[in-house]
Amino acid sequence: MTTNVISLVSIGAHPTSGRPRRAEQDARAVELGLQMAGDKLQVLHAGNIAEPTLRSYLGMGLPQLHVLEQPAGSDALPVLSEYLRDAGAQVVLAGSQAETGEGSGMLPFLLAEQLGWPLIVGLAQVESIDGGVAHVLQALPRGQRRRLKVRLPFLATVDNAAPKPRQSAYGPAQRGELAAHEVRIEEDELFHAAVLQPAKPRPKRLKVIKAKSGADRMKAATAKASGGGGQVLKGVSPEEGAQAILKLLVEEGVVR
Amino acid sequence: MLNTLLPILLFTALGLAVLGALRRVNMWRRGRASKVDLLGGLLAMPKRYMVDLHHVVARDKYIANTHVATALGFVLSALLAILVHGFGLQSRILGYALLLASVLMFVGATFVYLRRRNPPSRLSKGPWMRLPKSLMAFSVSFFLVTLPVAGILPADFGGWLLAALLSVGVLWGVSEMFFGMTWGGPMKHAFAGALHLAWHRRAERFGGGRSTGLKPLDLSDKTAPLGVEKPKDFTWNQLLGFDACVQCGKCEAACPAFAAGQPLNPKKLIQDMVVGLAGGTDAKFAGSPYPGKAVGEHSGNPHQPIVNGLVDAETLWSCTTCRACVEECPMMIEHVDAIVDMRRHLTLEKGATPNKGAEVLENLIATDNPGGFAPGGRLNWAADLNLPLLSEKGSAEVLFWVGDGAFDMRNQRTLRAFVKVLKAAKVDFAVLGLEERDSGDVARRLGDEATFQLLASRNIQTLAKYSFKRIVTCDPHSFHVLKNEYGAFNGNYRVQHHSTFMAELIGEGALNLGQHKGNSVTYHDPCYLGRYNGEYEAPRQVLRALGIEVKEMQRSGFRSRCCGGGGGAPITDIPGKQRIPDMRMEDIRETGAELVAVGCPQCTAMLEGVVEPRPLIKDIAELVADALLEDAAPAKAPLKREPAEVH
Repeated sequence: MTTNVISLVSIGAHPTSGRPRRAEQDARAVELGLQMAGDKLQVLHAGNIAEPTLRSYLGMGLPQLHVLEQPAGSDALPVLSEYLRDAGAQVVLAGSQAETGEGSGMLPFLLAEQLGWPLIVGLAQVESIDGGVAHVLQALPRGQRRRLKVRLPFLATVDNAAPKPRQSAYGPAQRGELAAHEVRIEEDELFHAAVLQPAKPRPKRLKVIKAKSGADRMKAATAKASGGGGQVLKGVSPEEGAQAILKLLVEEGVVR
Repeated sequence: MLNTLLPILLFTALGLAVLGALRRVNMWRRGRASKVDLLGGLLAMPKRYMVDLHHVVARDKYIANTHVATALGFVLSALLAILVHGFGLQSRILGYALLLASVLMFVGATFVYLRRRNPPSRLSKGPWMRLPKSLMAFSVSFFLVTLPVAGILPADFGGWLLAALLSVGVLWGVSEMFFGMTWGGPMKHAFAGALHLAWHRRAERFGGGRSTGLKPLDLSDKTAPLGVEKPKDFTWNQLLGFDACVQCGKCEAACPAFAAGQPLNPKKLIQDMVVGLAGGTDAKFAGSPYPGKAVGEHSGNPHQPIVNGLVDAETLWSCTTCRACVEECPMMIEHVDAIVDMRRHLTLEKGATPNKGAEVLENLIATDNPGGFAPGGRLNWAADLNLPLLSEKGSAEVLFWVGDGAFDMRNQRTLRAFVKVLKAAKVDFAVLGLEERDSGDVARRLGDEATFQLLASRNIQTLAKYSFKRIVTCDPHSFHVLKNEYGAFNGNYRVQHHSTFMAELIGEGALNLGQHKGNSVTYHDPCYLGRYNGEYEAPRQVLRALGIEVKEMQRSGFRSRCCGGGGGAPITDIPGKQRIPDMRMEDIRETGAELVAVGCPQCTAMLEGVVEPRPLIKDIAELVADALLEDAAPAKAPLKREPAEVH
């Protein structure tokens, strides 16, 4: 039995020209989906069906792309979660962050919350799926991988650690079908209320290296940033654990 | 006895030849339709054969003379033999004519034999080694059986033994020459070749013309295949063209990819297409294989995909589209068209452009340049030059087409040098600035016809807004595409390469030039300027005007060796035993020149990629700009500046 895989795609923007293109990470989500499910892969987009860039996903060899028709500025969240639940999806793949629009990277988290499914961040590879349980590799910084066991259905985001997307070819892109689905249109109030402004690059944290020898400098340059004194909690009660986490969040200024 | 046997032999062989011809024609007809003037082509064929084709063959005098003797001798002998021995017209005059013809053929055959005694590696062996002997058997047998007709010997001389021997000789001769001609023997080249010349897909090449632009795909026709997947996706006259190959290997000897040990041999490729159109394996191929690939492991038929059955994809991606093979081919076969046709399928249908190909094509779509640079930076190289923009002027004498070299720091030096020349000559010029897009050359040669047409139509739209007399560019690739390939999309312009334009400026005396100082110079002909557009003279004229005596390389002019930069080859980057630019640099070193003049950003990049120490590489524009004499310094004496007083 093949797994029912759905990849979510959005319209991207080229980093230098800003022109629409297939979004890099979403294309990787499609690639991973194609490797898992082949022809059975469903690809889903919520937005404008007339956007010609959608065809560049079809060019990866998809016979069909489902579009939940929505005008710009609508909330994709409710329609997506409704569709995914009805479609009986077992694995849902998405890029980590959209290249256009809000680009908050929140969609997968909110979807997972609504659907009540587990979410894997930075999926690199799916090793096996059987009996409703998947063994996957999650990408960690510096090329590290973590093997996870997750029950189906689950959601996963992919980043640049996922396989490189295949080339989009003109022929299949022209022949592929864009299947429109009419959906309830819900305005994204949060998006409309907000003011968009260009992002400022986050200032880099100063890294003071007090190395005395070449070996120390090498270590400082290559070692994983530890973020200063972590703490492993083992064998503590959930309350104690939560207390410890809350204390850290307050210390770091995340929770005030 | 011979009198009864000969007509039977002759007419049986002829009958079988006709059957074979019909069978072969049917194989070609599996291809797609192509618009060809059938009758006009046939009528033009003798002239194409005797003039255009002969011009190519005559580059090698030995084989040209040999071929004239053999072919003329054979055609005459065959016709006369049919009259004399077939229909029994035993006239003395005809007999003498036949004797002469067969002697002529024999002389030719002898020279073929001599060439074949120790054949160069480019020639195919196998059945081709048999051909001189067959030619001799044919000519000697017919000479001997005709002696009685001419009255030189009595009719019954020699008795039955000689008669039997002669019948065997005639049988051998007519089998090879008539039967073999249409059933796939070496003589097939005569039959298919003649028809190929008549129905050539680029009839403009005959009569001294030139036709080098790739033919467009009709993307609006949803039923037409996007490129060539199976042999039957070629047009029928392309299939016919493959069948015309004589396996002389001139293409192989000229191919830069073959010499570099990349898995391409144009001759083998054409023979593989023949295997594809007829069905079978390549095991019988008796020439040099694709470097690094064994013969006999590939097979195909008209209805089976070519790539990864008959030919490996990297063979197709090794080609630099330098057209050296097409230029050398005495049969005027169009190798590059076939390769691009197959690449189109790989790119447009399979999405299988190797290495950086996909990235480059994506960049072209999203940023209009292959490097993916921000389109807004297209004019950064000229930030301080105050270039006139066509969008501001509206019209200009000369539109300076900058090309994608604008993003390359090395090429920017060339561009700035050329602007200096333009300004010195007070040319009324303008640039498109940010409105310019990639010409589409690379996309097209990588098989992405869709992206090419997108870029072309947008450029044509932009160009239609303005009025200018001509386009001048420093990039032979843009030059070729604008000049030869935009026409199919209603973009017809007068386009010049900067060397041609500078030659004109110098001719008009518009430039005040000094002499080139110092080192000896050779010139490297870019493929897309030379072979594609026939411009060999203007660059040399410019160099002469600088007082440079060009130390010509052995391979220069129409035989120039590619730098390895064309056809997207640096992007697909198929590994070989050595690099093409290194081989070209070796050619340059042989001349002893310390500087090589180039006229193409690709050639500059490829040749400068060769490790030092090596000769310097300079664009012609740079050489001219360096030799410019400043106008007599303005006569005004520098103003005496009063020292500012400080209180």
